[in-house]
Amino acid sequence: MNLVFVLLLAAAAVAGVIKGDVKAVGQGAFDGATQGVTLAIGLVGVMSLWLGLLKIAERAGLIEKLARAARPIFRPLFPDVPEGHPAISAMLLNIAANMLGLGNAATPFGIKAMEELEKLNPKPGTATNAQALFLAINTASLQIVPTTVIALRASAHSSDPAGILLPTMGATFCALCVAIIAAKLLQRVWP
Amino acid sequence: MRHVFELASGYILLLLLVGIPLYGFAKGVKVYEAFVEGAKEGFAVAVRIIPFLVAILAAVGAFRGAGAMDALARVLAPVTGPLGLPAEVLPMALVRPLSGSGSLGLLGNIFATPGLGPDSYAGRLGSILQGSTETTFYVLSVYCGSVGVVKYRHALAAGLLADATGLVASICIARALWG
Repeated sequence: MNLVFVLLLAAAAVAGVIKGDVKAVGQGAFDGATQGVTLAIGLVGVMSLWLGLLKIAERAGLIEKLARAARPIFRPLFPDVPEGHPAISAMLLNIAANMLGLGNAATPFGIKAMEELEKLNPKPGTATNAQALFLAINTASLQIVPTTVIALRASAHSSDPAGILLPTMGATFCALCVAIIAAKLLQRVWP
Repeated sequence: MRHVFELASGYILLLLLVGIPLYGFAKGVKVYEAFVEGAKEGFAVAVRIIPFLVAILAAVGAFRGAGAMDALARVLAPVTGPLGLPAEVLPMALVRPLSGSGSLGLLGNIFATPGLGPDSYAGRLGSILQGSTETTFYVLSVYCGSVGVVKYRHALAAGLLADATGLVASICIARALWG
């Protein structure tokens, strides 16, 4: 991440100097910084709502039940996470919400999952194998129906707005498989 | 098909929003107290991810603002064009891991460009690409930021490999269907 950060900034500086528009570099950075805060603050309401609901589910024993039900699928993927651990149900909820396109529910569930996985982390601050795999799965777009794209196509008067549905699912599936395989293989070589 | 999914999503949302408190109430949970206690964390989590988001979005903002993205696209276009990734879609592929709204804006541009539009090869390829890849840097910043993880280890590499796979698969599928 250090390398990515420095590369982006260095490339920005070089491009700005070559184009002779150095001011645009600073302006871009300021706009980005403002956008970061807007995004984070925009999350507060929905995040609080879902975290509140999750607490009820936890007290009612629903989270543990869910974790036990999801165990057969998650055990081979996340062998380091103990049986019935709340991280499993949080990950399950995150993945389910992503698949359904409930983006604003997926983020709080995902954050909850990361928090639960962090409790199992022997080296806080460094991602565990389970966290890295969970992140990799999340970076493959899991949404079954890309509703935003279909809506945008429809508004642009496409003759077949939803025609990209199956092709998208195919490409998504390929990306997901590679994400899982890459995370599993790379975890052995990455310190 | 799309309406069925949208309807199902709506009902599942309703089930979660109403079902969880009802289930808790039936189990004797003090649902209101539990809700408030959980919701209290919402603000703290959002504030915790701010530095992570500002770091990546400021760097991306400087990169795009300086025109480095356009320059990169110009350099790569002659190579990627013959491979089935036309110059119109290339900027979108480059922006996708960095900014979801940015790539969606570029997709809207392709749709609005005369001679391209949503049913052109570029329009269809861009649509598949947008739906099959994710804003990897945003996902990592938010999720790692929320728990203070700063060393991502192989998560970044795996995420970018997934994005690259989504891109290659999108091109292969688009070429086979509409090439």
